Amino acid sequence: MLAKADPARLASLWADVVADLGGAPPHEVLRPAETGLVMVRGRMGGNGDAFNVGEMTATRTVIRLESGEVGVGYVSGRDRTHATTAALADAMLQTSTRAERVKRLIDSLADEQAAARDLAARKAAATRVDFFTMVRTRGPG
Amino acid sequence: MAYVAVKGGERAISHAHLWLEEERRGPGDVAELSLAQIREQLSLAVDRVMVEGSCCDADLAALAIKQASGDLVEAIFLLRAYRTTLPRFGFSEPLETARMAIRRRISAAFKDIPGGQVLGPTYDYTHRLIDFKLAAEGGAPEPAVVAAEPIADRLPTISDVFSKEDLLQVDERSDGAEAPFDLTRDPMSFPAGRDQRLQALARGDEGFLLSLAYASQRGWGSTHPLCGEIRMGEASVEFTPPELGFPIELAEITLTECTMISEFGGSMERPPQYAKGYGLTFGRNERKAMSMAIVDRALASGAEASETPHAVQDEEFVLYHSDNVEASGFVQHLKLPHYVDFQASLQFVRRLRKEWTARREAELAAAREAAE
Repeated sequence: MLAKADPARLASLWADVVADLGGAPPHEVLRPAETGLVMVRGRMGGNGDAFNVGEMTATRTVIRLESGEVGVGYVSGRDRTHATTAALADAMLQTSTRAERVKRLIDSLADEQAAARDLAARKAAATRVDFFTMVRTRGPG
Repeated sequence: MAYVAVKGGERAISHAHLWLEEERRGPGDVAELSLAQIREQLSLAVDRVMVEGSCCDADLAALAIKQASGDLVEAIFLLRAYRTTLPRFGFSEPLETARMAIRRRISAAFKDIPGGQVLGPTYDYTHRLIDFKLAAEGGAPEPAVVAAEPIADRLPTISDVFSKEDLLQVDERSDGAEAPFDLTRDPMSFPAGRDQRLQALARGDEGFLLSLAYASQRGWGSTHPLCGEIRMGEASVEFTPPELGFPIELAEITLTECTMISEFGGSMERPPQYAKGYGLTFGRNERKAMSMAIVDRALASGAEASETPHAVQDEEFVLYHSDNVEASGFVQHLKLPHYVDFQASLQFVRRLRKEWTARREAELAAAREAAE
Protein backbone atom coordinates (compact mmCIF):
# COMPACT_ATOMS: atom_id res chain seq x y z
CA MET A 1 0.00 0.00 0.00
CA LEU A 2 2.83 2.38 0.91
CA ALA A 3 5.03 1.30 -2.01
CA LYS A 4 2.48 2.19 -4.66
CA ALA A 5 1.14 5.35 -3.00
CA ASP A 6 1.67 8.66 -4.73
CA PRO A 7 4.79 10.12 -3.01
CA ALA A 8 3.31 13.61 -2.62
CA ARG A 9 0.05 12.29 -1.19
CA LEU A 10 1.90 9.98 1.19
CA ALA A 11 4.17 12.82 2.33
CA SER A 12 1.14 14.90 3.27
CA LEU A 13 -0.56 12.04 5.16
CA TRP A 14 2.74 11.11 6.80
CA ALA A 15 3.15 14.64 8.15
CA ASP A 16 -0.15 14.11 10.01
CA VAL A 17 1.10 10.79 11.41
CA VAL A 18 4.30 12.39 12.64
CA ALA A 19 2.36 15.30 14.19
CA ASP A 20 -0.05 12.91 15.96
CA LEU A 21 2.83 10.91 17.40
CA GLY A 22 4.65 14.01 18.62
CA GLY A 23 7.50 13.92 16.16
CA ALA A 24 9.35 11.50 13.88
CA PRO A 25 10.71 8.48 15.72
CA PRO A 26 14.49 8.55 16.20
CA HIS A 27 16.16 6.04 13.93
CA GLU A 28 19.42 5.16 12.24
CA VAL A 29 19.90 4.31 8.60
CA LEU A 30 21.22 0.79 8.06
CA ARG A 31 21.14 0.93 4.30
CA PRO A 32 21.04 4.37 2.69
CA ALA A 33 18.28 4.95 0.18
CA GLU A 34 19.33 3.67 -3.23
CA THR A 35 17.56 3.69 -6.60
CA GLY A 36 17.72 0.68 -8.88
CA LEU A 37 15.72 -1.40 -11.29
CA VAL A 38 13.28 -4.26 -11.03
CA MET A 39 12.81 -6.30 -14.19
CA VAL A 40 9.06 -6.66 -14.75
CA ARG A 41 8.06 -10.07 -16.03
CA GLY A 42 4.97 -10.99 -17.97
CA ARG A 43 3.57 -14.30 -19.10
CA MET A 44 3.91 -15.45 -22.70
CA GLY A 45 0.45 -15.37 -24.23
CA GLY A 46 -0.89 -13.89 -20.98
CA ASN A 47 -0.86 -17.15 -19.05
CA GLY A 48 2.28 -19.07 -20.02
CA ASP A 49 5.88 -19.14 -18.82
CA ALA A 50 7.55 -15.87 -17.89
CA PHE A 51 9.30 -13.41 -20.19
CA ASN A 52 10.99 -10.07 -19.43
CA VAL A 53 8.81 -7.12 -20.45
CA GLY A 54 11.09 -4.30 -19.34
CA GLU A 55 12.41 -2.67 -16.19
CA MET A 56 10.93 -0.22 -13.72
CA THR A 57 12.68 2.06 -11.27
CA ALA A 58 12.49 1.33 -7.56
CA THR A 59 14.09 2.77 -4.43
CA ARG A 60 14.97 0.90 -1.26
CA THR A 61 16.29 1.65 2.20
CA VAL A 62 16.58 -0.08 5.57
CA ILE A 63 16.35 1.76 8.88
CA ARG A 64 16.35 0.81 12.58
CA LEU A 65 14.34 2.61 15.24
CA GLU A 66 16.01 3.53 18.51
CA SER A 67 13.82 0.89 20.11
CA GLY A 68 15.41 -1.75 17.84
CA GLU A 69 12.74 -2.51 15.20
CA VAL A 70 14.16 -2.78 11.69
CA GLY A 71 12.09 -1.37 8.83
CA VAL A 72 12.51 -2.23 5.15
CA GLY A 73 11.24 0.19 2.53
CA TYR A 74 10.88 -0.71 -1.15
CA VAL A 75 8.91 1.69 -3.32
CA SER A 76 8.39 2.24 -7.04
CA GLY A 77 10.06 5.29 -8.56
CA ARG A 78 13.09 7.30 -7.48
CA ASP A 79 11.83 9.20 -4.44
CA ARG A 80 14.16 8.55 -1.48
CA THR A 81 11.85 10.21 1.04
CA HIS A 82 9.11 7.86 -0.13
CA ALA A 83 11.35 4.83 0.55
CA THR A 84 12.35 6.19 3.97
CA THR A 85 8.70 6.76 4.90
CA ALA A 86 7.86 3.18 3.86
CA ALA A 87 10.76 1.83 5.95
CA LEU A 88 9.77 3.93 8.99
CA ALA A 89 6.16 2.78 8.67
CA ASP A 90 7.30 -0.85 8.39
CA ALA A 91 9.35 -0.50 11.60
CA MET A 92 6.62 1.40 13.43
CA LEU A 93 4.09 -1.31 12.61
CA GLN A 94 6.22 -3.61 14.74
CA THR A 95 5.98 -1.34 17.80
CA SER A 96 3.12 -1.46 20.29
CA THR A 97 2.84 2.31 20.63
CA ARG A 98 2.86 3.44 17.02
CA ALA A 99 1.38 0.54 15.04
CA GLU A 100 -2.22 1.71 15.56
CA ARG A 101 -1.62 5.12 13.98
CA VAL A 102 0.34 3.67 11.02
CA LYS A 103 -2.45 1.14 10.41
CA ARG A 104 -4.92 3.99 10.20
CA LEU A 105 -2.69 5.65 7.60
CA ILE A 106 -2.59 2.44 5.58
CA ASP A 107 -6.36 2.10 5.84
CA SER A 108 -6.90 5.61 4.53
CA LEU A 109 -4.46 4.98 1.65
CA ALA A 110 -6.32 1.77 0.88
CA ASP A 111 -9.63 3.65 0.90
CA GLU A 112 -8.28 6.31 -1.46
CA GLN A 113 -6.85 3.71 -3.85
CA ALA A 114 -10.09 1.70 -3.77
CA ALA A 115 -12.09 4.87 -4.50
CA ALA A 116 -9.83 5.73 -7.46
CA ARG A 117 -10.18 2.20 -8.81
CA ASP A 118 -13.95 2.27 -8.34
CA LEU A 119 -14.22 5.59 -10.18
CA ALA A 120 -12.21 4.21 -13.13
CA ALA A 121 -14.35 1.06 -13.16
CA ARG A 122 -17.52 3.20 -13.28
CA LYS A 123 -16.17 5.35 -16.11
CA ALA A 124 -15.26 2.12 -17.92
CA ALA A 125 -18.79 0.79 -17.33
CA ALA A 126 -20.20 3.94 -18.93
CA THR A 127 -18.27 3.09 -22.12
CA ARG A 128 -19.61 -0.47 -22.39
CA VAL A 129 -21.32 -1.08 -25.71
CA ASP A 130 -24.96 -2.12 -25.60
CA PHE A 131 -25.51 -4.01 -28.80
CA PHE A 132 -28.98 -4.26 -30.13
CA THR A 133 -29.84 -6.68 -32.86
CA MET A 134 -31.70 -5.45 -35.86
CA VAL A 135 -34.72 -7.65 -36.36
CA ARG A 136 -35.05 -8.51 -40.01
CA THR A 137 -38.62 -8.47 -41.12
CA ARG A 138 -40.12 -8.66 -44.50
CA GLY A 139 -41.39 -5.40 -45.80
CA PRO A 140 -45.10 -4.84 -46.17
CA GLY A 141 -46.61 -7.11 -48.74
CA MET B 1 35.16 0.15 -43.67
CA ALA B 2 35.83 1.09 -40.10
CA TYR B 3 35.19 4.41 -38.49
CA VAL B 4 38.47 6.10 -37.54
CA ALA B 5 38.38 8.65 -34.72
CA VAL B 6 39.62 12.16 -35.37
CA LYS B 7 40.53 14.82 -32.86
CA GLY B 8 39.61 18.45 -32.84
CA GLY B 9 36.44 20.44 -32.99
CA GLU B 10 35.89 20.60 -29.22
CA ARG B 11 35.15 24.30 -29.26
CA ALA B 12 32.74 23.98 -32.17
CA ILE B 13 30.99 21.10 -30.41
CA SER B 14 30.56 22.99 -27.17
CA HIS B 15 29.22 26.03 -29.01
CA ALA B 16 26.85 23.80 -30.99
CA HIS B 17 25.51 22.36 -27.72
CA LEU B 18 24.96 25.79 -26.23
CA TRP B 19 22.97 26.81 -29.29
CA LEU B 20 21.03 23.55 -29.12
CA GLU B 21 20.08 24.28 -25.49
CA GLU B 22 18.83 27.69 -26.54
CA GLU B 23 16.83 26.17 -29.40
CA ARG B 24 15.43 23.49 -27.11
CA ARG B 25 14.14 26.08 -24.67
CA GLY B 26 12.78 28.29 -27.44
CA PRO B 27 11.79 31.92 -26.98
CA GLY B 28 11.90 32.98 -23.34
CA ASP B 29 8.51 34.70 -23.54
CA VAL B 30 6.81 31.31 -24.06
CA ALA B 31 6.18 29.48 -20.78
CA GLU B 32 8.53 26.58 -20.08
CA LEU B 33 7.01 23.08 -20.10
CA SER B 34 6.90 21.37 -16.73
CA LEU B 35 7.51 17.62 -16.39
CA ALA B 36 4.02 17.27 -14.90
CA GLN B 37 2.54 18.87 -18.03
CA ILE B 38 4.42 16.45 -20.28
CA ARG B 39 3.56 13.46 -18.08
CA GLU B 40 -0.14 14.29 -17.81
CA GLN B 41 -0.91 15.92 -21.16
CA LEU B 42 1.48 14.12 -23.54
CA SER B 43 0.92 10.81 -21.79
CA LEU B 44 0.94 8.65 -24.92
CA ALA B 45 4.37 10.01 -25.88
CA VAL B 46 5.53 9.25 -22.34
CA ASP B 47 4.11 5.71 -22.61
CA ARG B 48 5.92 5.05 -25.88
CA VAL B 49 9.22 6.26 -24.44
CA MET B 50 8.74 4.04 -21.36
CA VAL B 51 8.09 0.85 -23.29
CA GLU B 52 10.74 1.32 -25.98
CA GLY B 53 13.18 2.76 -23.44
CA SER B 54 12.37 -0.44 -21.53
CA CYS B 55 12.10 1.50 -18.28
CA CYS B 56 8.76 2.14 -16.59
CA ASP B 57 9.10 5.56 -14.95
CA ALA B 58 6.79 8.27 -16.24
CA ASP B 59 8.72 11.16 -14.68
CA LEU B 60 12.00 10.03 -16.23
CA ALA B 61 10.34 9.53 -19.61
CA ALA B 62 8.83 13.03 -19.39
CA LEU B 63 12.24 14.47 -18.58
CA ALA B 64 13.82 12.61 -21.51
CA ILE B 65 11.13 13.98 -23.85
CA LYS B 66 11.78 17.52 -22.61
CA GLN B 67 15.55 17.11 -23.00
CA ALA B 68 15.13 15.66 -26.52
CA SER B 69 12.81 18.47 -27.67
CA GLY B 70 10.10 15.89 -28.22
CA ASP B 71 12.23 13.59 -30.41
CA LEU B 72 10.89 10.31 -29.04
CA VAL B 73 13.61 8.06 -30.46
CA GLU B 74 16.25 10.33 -28.89
CA ALA B 75 14.28 10.27 -25.60
CA ILE B 76 14.18 6.46 -25.74
CA PHE B 77 17.97 6.46 -26.19
CA LEU B 78 18.37 8.76 -23.14
CA LEU B 79 16.23 6.44 -21.00
CA ARG B 80 18.13 3.33 -22.13
CA ALA B 81 21.43 5.04 -21.35
CA TYR B 82 20.20 6.09 -17.90
CA ARG B 83 19.06 2.60 -16.96
CA THR B 84 22.57 1.25 -17.45
CA THR B 85 23.71 3.41 -14.51
CA LEU B 86 21.34 1.71 -12.04
CA PRO B 87 21.82 -1.54 -10.12
CA ARG B 88 19.36 -4.38 -10.67
CA PHE B 89 17.36 -5.23 -7.55
CA GLY B 90 15.78 -8.34 -9.02
CA PHE B 91 12.76 -9.58 -10.94
CA SER B 92 9.06 -9.14 -10.38
CA GLU B 93 6.61 -12.00 -10.13
CA PRO B 94 5.05 -12.50 -13.59
CA LEU B 95 2.22 -10.00 -14.13
CA GLU B 96 -1.23 -11.53 -13.87
CA THR B 97 -2.88 -9.62 -16.67
CA ALA B 98 -6.06 -11.69 -16.38
CA ARG B 99 -6.63 -9.85 -13.08
CA MET B 100 -6.04 -6.42 -14.61
CA ALA B 101 -8.34 -3.61 -13.42
CA ILE B 102 -9.89 -2.99 -16.82
CA ARG B 103 -10.29 0.49 -18.31
CA ARG B 104 -10.66 -0.79 -21.86
CA ARG B 105 -11.35 -4.27 -23.17
CA ILE B 106 -12.61 -5.06 -26.63
CA SER B 107 -12.76 -8.09 -28.87
CA ALA B 108 -13.17 -7.69 -32.60
CA ALA B 109 -13.67 -11.45 -33.04
CA PHE B 110 -16.30 -12.00 -30.35
CA LYS B 111 -19.20 -9.63 -30.19
CA ASP B 112 -20.56 -11.27 -27.06
CA ILE B 113 -17.35 -11.70 -25.09
CA PRO B 114 -18.39 -12.11 -21.42
CA GLY B 115 -18.17 -8.78 -19.63
CA GLY B 116 -18.96 -6.93 -22.82
CA GLN B 117 -17.11 -4.57 -25.10
CA VAL B 118 -15.70 -1.77 -22.95
CA LEU B 119 -14.36 1.06 -25.09
CA GLY B 120 -12.53 3.05 -22.40
CA PRO B 121 -10.77 6.32 -23.24
CA THR B 122 -10.10 5.73 -26.94
CA TYR B 123 -9.36 7.74 -30.07
CA ASP B 124 -11.31 5.11 -32.04
CA TYR B 125 -14.51 6.49 -33.57
CA THR B 126 -13.33 10.08 -33.23
CA HIS B 127 -13.71 11.99 -36.48
CA ARG B 128 -10.07 12.98 -36.78
CA LEU B 129 -11.09 16.56 -37.39
CA ILE B 130 -8.77 19.17 -35.96
CA ASP B 131 -10.43 20.56 -32.86
CA PHE B 132 -9.88 24.30 -32.94
CA LYS B 133 -11.45 24.63 -29.52
CA LEU B 134 -8.20 23.23 -28.10
CA ALA B 135 -6.27 26.11 -29.64
CA ALA B 136 -8.08 28.45 -27.30
CA GLU B 137 -6.54 27.40 -24.01
CA GLY B 138 -8.21 27.19 -20.67
CA GLY B 139 -11.50 25.37 -21.00
CA ALA B 140 -11.99 22.28 -18.86
CA PRO B 141 -13.45 19.40 -20.89
CA GLU B 142 -16.88 18.03 -20.21
CA PRO B 143 -16.44 15.44 -17.44
CA ALA B 144 -16.47 11.71 -18.19
CA VAL B 145 -19.72 9.88 -17.50
CA VAL B 146 -19.64 7.81 -14.32
CA ALA B 147 -21.97 4.80 -14.32
CA ALA B 148 -23.88 3.74 -11.21
CA GLU B 149 -22.26 0.31 -11.22
CA PRO B 150 -18.55 -0.37 -11.84
CA ILE B 151 -17.50 -3.09 -14.25
CA ALA B 152 -16.53 -6.44 -12.75
CA ASP B 153 -13.20 -6.72 -10.90
CA ARG B 154 -12.13 -9.37 -13.32
CA LEU B 155 -13.25 -9.82 -16.91
CA PRO B 156 -12.76 -13.26 -18.50
CA THR B 157 -10.03 -13.35 -21.13
CA ILE B 158 -10.47 -14.79 -24.60
CA SER B 159 -8.54 -17.86 -23.40
CA ASP B 160 -11.11 -18.40 -20.63
CA VAL B 161 -13.88 -18.23 -23.21
CA PHE B 162 -12.27 -20.79 -25.51
CA SER B 163 -10.91 -23.11 -22.83
CA LYS B 164 -13.83 -25.57 -22.89
CA GLU B 165 -13.53 -26.37 -26.57
CA ASP B 166 -9.74 -26.44 -26.85
CA LEU B 167 -10.11 -24.28 -29.93
CA LEU B 168 -7.41 -21.83 -28.94
CA GLN B 169 -3.74 -22.59 -28.49
CA VAL B 170 -3.02 -22.97 -24.76
CA ASP B 171 -0.10 -21.06 -23.26
CA GLU B 172 2.58 -23.48 -22.20
CA ARG B 173 3.43 -23.30 -18.54
CA SER B 174 6.13 -25.58 -17.24
CA ASP B 175 7.05 -26.30 -13.65
CA GLY B 176 10.56 -25.21 -12.79
CA ALA B 177 10.98 -23.37 -16.06
CA GLU B 178 14.39 -21.79 -16.56
CA ALA B 179 14.80 -18.07 -15.93
CA PRO B 180 13.61 -16.26 -19.05
CA PHE B 181 16.11 -14.91 -21.56
CA ASP B 182 17.25 -11.39 -20.70
CA LEU B 183 18.41 -9.14 -23.52
CA THR B 184 19.90 -6.71 -21.02
CA ARG B 185 22.35 -9.42 -19.95
CA ASP B 186 22.79 -11.67 -22.99
CA PRO B 187 23.24 -10.74 -26.64
CA MET B 188 20.66 -11.71 -29.21
CA SER B 189 21.08 -15.37 -30.21
CA PHE B 190 19.34 -17.64 -32.70
CA PRO B 191 17.20 -19.62 -32.90
CA ALA B 192 15.43 -17.30 -30.47
CA GLY B 193 13.00 -18.63 -27.87
CA ARG B 194 9.63 -16.95 -27.60
CA ASP B 195 10.75 -15.29 -24.33
CA GLN B 196 13.64 -13.59 -26.14
CA ARG B 197 11.38 -12.68 -29.05
CA LEU B 198 8.71 -11.10 -26.85
CA GLN B 199 11.25 -9.06 -24.86
CA ALA B 200 12.81 -7.79 -28.09
CA LEU B 201 9.40 -6.96 -29.59
CA ALA B 202 8.22 -5.25 -26.38
CA ARG B 203 11.05 -2.74 -26.62
CA GLY B 204 11.13 -2.76 -30.43
CA ASP B 205 10.37 0.30 -32.52
CA GLU B 206 6.66 0.89 -32.96
CA GLY B 207 7.02 2.13 -36.52
CA PHE B 208 9.09 -0.86 -37.60
CA LEU B 209 6.69 -3.36 -36.01
CA LEU B 210 3.67 -1.52 -37.37
CA SER B 211 5.01 -1.69 -40.92
CA LEU B 212 5.93 -5.35 -40.57
CA ALA B 213 2.46 -6.14 -39.20
CA TYR B 214 0.91 -4.20 -42.07
CA ALA B 215 3.03 -6.04 -44.64
CA SER B 216 2.08 -9.34 -43.02
CA GLN B 217 -1.63 -8.50 -43.27
CA ARG B 218 -1.25 -7.50 -46.90
CA GLY B 219 0.21 -10.87 -47.87
CA TRP B 220 3.90 -10.62 -47.09
CA GLY B 221 3.56 -12.86 -44.05
CA SER B 222 1.00 -15.64 -44.44
CA THR B 223 -0.91 -14.74 -41.28
CA HIS B 224 -4.54 -13.69 -41.32
CA PRO B 225 -5.05 -12.40 -37.82
CA LEU B 226 -8.21 -11.41 -36.05
CA CYS B 227 -8.09 -9.26 -32.98
CA GLY B 228 -9.11 -11.71 -30.27
CA GLU B 229 -8.82 -9.25 -27.44
CA ILE B 230 -7.29 -5.94 -26.41
CA ARG B 231 -7.12 -4.99 -22.73
CA MET B 232 -5.86 -1.81 -21.15
CA GLY B 233 -5.81 -1.17 -17.43
CA GLU B 234 -3.81 -1.46 -14.26
CA ALA B 235 -2.05 -4.53 -12.91
CA SER B 236 0.04 -5.08 -9.80
CA VAL B 237 3.79 -5.54 -9.91
CA GLU B 238 4.76 -7.88 -7.09
CA PHE B 239 8.35 -8.11 -6.00
CA THR B 240 10.04 -10.17 -3.29
CA PRO B 241 12.74 -8.11 -1.55
CA PRO B 242 15.55 -10.37 -0.38
CA GLU B 243 15.38 -8.70 3.07
CA LEU B 244 11.74 -9.73 3.48
CA GLY B 245 11.46 -13.05 1.64
CA PHE B 246 7.80 -12.53 0.72
CA PRO B 247 6.27 -10.61 -2.18
CA ILE B 248 5.13 -7.03 -1.72
CA GLU B 249 3.03 -4.99 -4.13
CA LEU B 250 5.61 -2.59 -5.50
CA ALA B 251 3.45 -0.71 -7.95
CA GLU B 252 0.29 -0.69 -9.97
CA ILE B 253 1.21 -0.02 -13.60
CA THR B 254 -0.82 0.64 -16.72
CA LEU B 255 -0.50 -2.03 -19.40
CA THR B 256 -1.87 -2.71 -22.86
CA GLU B 257 -2.26 -6.33 -23.88
CA CYS B 258 -3.33 -7.74 -27.23
CA THR B 259 -4.13 -11.28 -28.31
CA MET B 260 -4.33 -11.87 -32.05
CA ILE B 261 -5.77 -15.16 -33.23
CA SER B 262 -5.18 -16.83 -36.55
CA GLU B 263 -6.29 -20.13 -38.03
CA PHE B 264 -3.92 -23.04 -37.71
CA GLY B 265 -4.80 -25.80 -40.16
CA GLY B 266 -3.49 -28.64 -38.02
CA SER B 267 -0.47 -30.92 -38.29
CA MET B 268 0.35 -34.59 -37.60
CA GLU B 269 0.54 -33.85 -33.85
CA ARG B 270 -1.91 -30.99 -33.40
CA PRO B 271 -5.55 -30.71 -34.47
CA PRO B 272 -6.74 -27.58 -36.26
CA GLN B 273 -7.31 -24.69 -33.87
CA TYR B 274 -6.59 -20.99 -33.48
CA ALA B 275 -3.01 -19.96 -32.82
CA LYS B 276 -2.25 -16.88 -30.74
CA GLY B 277 0.06 -13.93 -31.19
CA TYR B 278 0.77 -11.90 -28.07
CA GLY B 279 1.56 -8.27 -27.43
CA LEU B 280 2.19 -6.56 -24.08
CA THR B 281 3.40 -3.03 -23.41
CA PHE B 282 3.78 -0.61 -20.53
CA GLY B 283 1.27 2.20 -20.67
CA ARG B 284 -1.26 2.85 -23.40
CA ASN B 285 0.42 1.66 -26.58
CA GLU B 286 -2.38 -0.07 -28.43
CA ARG B 287 -1.01 0.24 -31.97
CA LYS B 288 2.28 -1.17 -30.72
CA ALA B 289 0.66 -4.03 -28.76
CA MET B 290 -1.38 -5.02 -31.83
CA SER B 291 1.65 -4.87 -34.13
CA MET B 292 3.69 -6.87 -31.63
CA ALA B 293 1.02 -9.59 -31.48
CA ILE B 294 0.86 -9.90 -35.27
CA VAL B 295 4.65 -10.05 -35.59
CA ASP B 296 4.86 -12.60 -32.73
CA ARG B 297 2.43 -14.84 -34.60
CA ALA B 298 4.20 -14.31 -37.95
CA LEU B 299 7.53 -15.30 -36.40
CA ALA B 300 5.98 -18.41 -34.84
CA SER B 301 4.58 -19.36 -38.24
CA GLY B 302 8.03 -18.75 -39.72
CA ALA B 303 9.55 -21.20 -37.22
CA GLU B 304 6.85 -23.79 -38.07
CA ALA B 305 7.33 -23.45 -41.84
CA SER B 306 10.03 -25.31 -43.75
CA GLU B 307 11.00 -22.09 -45.47
CA THR B 308 10.37 -18.47 -44.56
CA PRO B 309 9.45 -16.61 -47.68
CA HIS B 310 8.65 -13.31 -46.02
CA ALA B 311 10.78 -10.87 -44.04
CA VAL B 312 8.29 -10.72 -41.15
CA GLN B 313 8.68 -14.48 -40.62
CA ASP B 314 12.49 -14.29 -40.50
CA GLU B 315 13.45 -13.91 -36.85
CA GLU B 316 17.01 -12.77 -37.52
CA PHE B 317 15.78 -10.05 -39.85
CA VAL B 318 13.05 -8.90 -37.45
CA LEU B 319 14.84 -9.14 -34.12
CA TYR B 320 18.17 -7.75 -35.33
CA HIS B 321 16.48 -4.67 -36.77
CA SER B 322 13.61 -3.90 -34.41
CA ASP B 323 15.57 -1.91 -31.83
CA ASN B 324 15.52 1.79 -32.66
CA VAL B 325 18.41 2.64 -30.33
CA GLU B 326 20.68 0.29 -32.27
CA ALA B 327 19.18 1.19 -35.64
CA SER B 328 19.39 4.91 -35.07
CA GLY B 329 22.94 4.60 -33.73
CA PHE B 330 24.13 2.64 -36.74
CA VAL B 331 22.42 4.82 -39.33
CA GLN B 332 23.40 8.05 -37.62
CA HIS B 333 27.02 7.11 -37.03
CA LEU B 334 27.42 7.75 -40.75
CA LYS B 335 27.43 11.47 -40.07
CA LEU B 336 30.45 11.21 -37.78
CA PRO B 337 33.77 11.92 -39.48
CA HIS B 338 34.71 9.20 -41.97
CA TYR B 339 37.52 11.25 -43.53
CA VAL B 340 40.08 8.45 -43.64
CA ASP B 341 37.52 5.98 -45.01
CA PHE B 342 36.63 8.51 -47.65
CA GLN B 343 40.29 9.14 -48.56
CA ALA B 344 40.79 5.42 -49.15
CA SER B 345 37.55 5.18 -51.07
CA LEU B 346 38.46 8.22 -53.17
CA GLN B 347 41.81 6.75 -54.17
CA PHE B 348 40.13 3.50 -55.08
CA VAL B 349 37.45 5.17 -57.22
CA ARG B 350 40.08 7.37 -58.94
CA ARG B 351 42.14 4.29 -59.80
CA LEU B 352 39.07 2.41 -61.09
CA ARG B 353 38.13 5.39 -63.18
CA LYS B 354 41.63 5.68 -64.66
CA GLU B 355 41.65 1.97 -65.52
CA TRP B 356 38.15 2.17 -66.98
CA THR B 357 39.09 5.14 -69.16
CA ALA B 358 42.25 3.42 -70.42
CA ARG B 359 40.31 0.24 -71.21
CA ARG B 360 37.54 2.14 -72.92
CA GLU B 361 40.00 4.12 -75.08
CA ALA B 362 41.79 0.89 -76.05
CA GLU B 363 38.46 -0.70 -77.00
CA LEU B 364 37.47 2.32 -79.08
CA ALA B 365 40.87 2.34 -80.80
CA ALA B 366 40.54 -1.40 -81.58
CA ALA B 367 37.04 -0.85 -82.96
CA ARG B 368 38.29 2.01 -85.16
CA GLU B 369 41.13 -0.14 -86.45
CA ALA B 370 38.76 -2.99 -87.27
CA ALA B 371 36.45 -0.58 -89.12
CA GLU B 372 39.32 0.71 -91.22
